[in-house]
Amino acid sequence: MGFENIVFYVFAAIMLFSAVMVITVKNPVQASLFLVLTFFSCSVIWMLLEAEFLAITLVLVYVGAVMVLFLFVVMMLDINVARMRAAFIQYLPIGIAVLVTMVVMMFMVVGPEHFGLEQVAAPARQAADYNNTRELGLVLYTVYVYPFEIAAVILLVAIVAAIALTLRRRPKTKYQNPDLQIAVQRNDRIRMIKMKSEQPK
Amino acid sequence: MIALSDYLILAAIMFSISVAGIFLNRKNIIIILMSIELMLLSVNINFIAFSHFLGDLAGQVFVFFILTVAAAEAAIGLAILVVLFRNKRTIDVDELDTMKG
Repeated sequence: MGFENIVFYVFAAIMLFSAVMVITVKNPVQASLFLVLTFFSCSVIWMLLEAEFLAITLVLVYVGAVMVLFLFVVMMLDINVARMRAAFIQYLPIGIAVLVTMVVMMFMVVGPEHFGLEQVAAPARQAADYNNTRELGLVLYTVYVYPFEIAAVILLVAIVAAIALTLRRRPKTKYQNPDLQIAVQRNDRIRMIKMKSEQPK
Repeated sequence: MIALSDYLILAAIMFSISVAGIFLNRKNIIIILMSIELMLLSVNINFIAFSHFLGDLAGQVFVFFILTVAAAEAAIGLAILVVLFRNKRTIDVDELDTMKG
């Protein structure tokens, strides 16, 4: 058993363990941290498949951005964990039944007898000077340039939508209007009154 | 050597775990969103495994787009969640029945 197999099985085991922990732990903060572990071990698996650019992207985008967003929201909301867990035991049997059924059915479809090494031979490893990022970029910016632009638009729409959804306008709040403050004239503030001098009695 | 079927079975188990996660945590929207992220991840494993074994970079390009859409989906989903919590003080799925006739 080569080093490659050891890496694959160790990180696959970590990935499955942390995926199970994501859906079973009580605390949502712990769940999102286990989700980080899942993504991290998955990026090692992708590294084994010579998709280096996407492996790094997964760590940067998911662990760096999306998971921080999840943690932020989880910590911001005050969640009643006990009430959320009320139905957990009730749905546990059907959950396990669905899990086992799906795994068995998918195993019959994608198992070693259809996609084993005899059917799909493992490709030779790329040479040491192979640059995955360069190859991906060559395809992405020529053949797939139109979908790439659409992806950029989707991200822009997501930014606008997320901000528009969470933006809160409070009509009762008192705030300064710098525009009016700057435009104010002397005559708006003080009034000169001519009057005779008086003496208190 | 690791066969293509090993990667596919790994992705299948991941997908099943996330489906079971939706069943188990059907009151908690946050865990449901996390399960959806896990589903997309297992699909991506399939894409990259086929891309590697068939020697076609199109699979990796597709994973790139899936990651983009998944990030947008997570951002909008969490924004909706925040607005929901601000208005109803709960994220229990059972209490979100305002539109029920």
